[in-house]
Amino acid sequence: MTELLSTFKYQITTRSVDETKKLGKIIGTAVTGGTVLALTGDLGSGKTSFVQGLARGLEVPDDYYITSPSYTLINEYPGRYPLFHVDLYRISDPVDMEDIGLYEILHTSGIVAIEWADRIEQKLLPDSINIHLELKGDKTRKICITAYDVKNADLLKNILRSSP
Amino acid sequence: MQRLSNKNSRCRECSGKNKSEMIILGIETSCDETAASVVVDGKKILSSVISSQIDVHHPYGGVVPELASRKHVEAIAPVVNTALSDAGIDSKALDAVAVTRGPGLVGALLVGFCFAKAFAFALEIPWVGINHLEGHVNSVFLESDPPPFPFVALLASGGHTSIYHVTSHTRYELMGQTRDDAAGEAYDKVAKMLGLGYPGGAAIDRIAKKGAPENISFPRPFIDKSTFDFSFSGLKTAVRRYVQIHSDDYLQRIPDIVAGFQEAVVDVLSYKIIHAAMVKRCDHVAIVGGVAANKRLREKIRHDAEQKKLTVHIPSVELCGDNAAMIAAIGYHYLKNGVVSDLGDDVFSRVKI
Repeated sequence: MTELLSTFKYQITTRSVDETKKLGKIIGTAVTGGTVLALTGDLGSGKTSFVQGLARGLEVPDDYYITSPSYTLINEYPGRYPLFHVDLYRISDPVDMEDIGLYEILHTSGIVAIEWADRIEQKLLPDSINIHLELKGDKTRKICITAYDVKNADLLKNILRSSP
Repeated sequence: MQRLSNKNSRCRECSGKNKSEMIILGIETSCDETAASVVVDGKKILSSVISSQIDVHHPYGGVVPELASRKHVEAIAPVVNTALSDAGIDSKALDAVAVTRGPGLVGALLVGFCFAKAFAFALEIPWVGINHLEGHVNSVFLESDPPPFPFVALLASGGHTSIYHVTSHTRYELMGQTRDDAAGEAYDKVAKMLGLGYPGGAAIDRIAKKGAPENISFPRPFIDKSTFDFSFSGLKTAVRRYVQIHSDDYLQRIPDIVAGFQEAVVDVLSYKIIHAAMVKRCDHVAIVGGVAANKRLREKIRHDAEQKKLTVHIPSVELCGDNAAMIAAIGYHYLKNGVVSDLGDDVFSRVKI
């Protein structure tokens, strides 16, 4: 992809599941309605942990467990904005987004976090915050956050500059 | 197509219908299987037909939702017809229809739900939408030695891992559940990581027999021994890390890896359900859901329960996975109490029970 002036890139290493959740929470506290987060990374890299933190930042009540949506495909939680937790793990062929109801939720004012977002053609997704997680050690994860559009880039600049 | 039928039932029509009996057609399409079953009074199975989509899904290593819905549409009418003919009855002999309403994949649920609505409407008989999870808990009542109330139940499948305190056919207290991945999901993901195919549970169960669980000790994800919540995500990650670190020779160690993984899962499931029985002072425990078909889990829980003088109830393997007999079984208890659905009702994808 051509590097645009608006491109924002941020890289961080987390050293525990809690640190990955904390990063999710910081972003969850700041995001606004309609934001799409595209998560990629191997099994066990911390995508669901990140979304668990994101949910807390979005003020999803603590008695909602944020469980893996691998089987259910889409889980919805109430919060400051509704959170749609999507998982495309079990989808290996391109599918029509309408069939799984993704098209519909991308047009709401909720926050949409999509695990295994690389299983869907990037051009089918709206502008998103891309989060790639890599397993580096038992607890260590390298996390790269990028945004290519002005709105998301500005949002991330504001959040991440002011936090550790 | 898997079929289980009671051939004696064919005498039913010649002997005339016993009016005190309630004959229910159960329909289940929440995930991979298209299933229909005829059950009398919530306990006697006249027929149970399951058309599995595993062969269709296998190349994808999981359920493909759009494919699932289309296959359900193709299968539903023949599966229902087979269930009726296996039971030796005509549709006019049915007293009611019970159908899975949720949770599950909405597209898949809608196929069975809409079919059931139309079928019952045409026959002018009542019908009721059923919570799939309640169906699993009630699967033990289709066996010859059902547990007395109250009892504790472990429901472990691809999408759920929960412990319930069950005080009647329709009353449950959720004691604990998974905080991240379900047990069956961990099995499927580990199987996929190691290239063992889908469904992962059966493959791991088979290969684990060739390995020694003590050779590789994975962490037991108890979270906290005093609660009944589960967490299997960390265990999945531990297996992933093991494969990453031993990338040069892990292929030779697969039997030991899966044996070690399985023992960790089984240890936690067994510990928690037995602890739940102790806390609730129940003498009976039930193990239900797809993971209850796992041979090592059945063996381990039976062994551990015996030490504590508990009686274990595990349905036969055909009733562990998704099936329609369990839906008809629980449907009976709702219908008997006058609970029915109406044409305006819809399916739901998620639920808290």
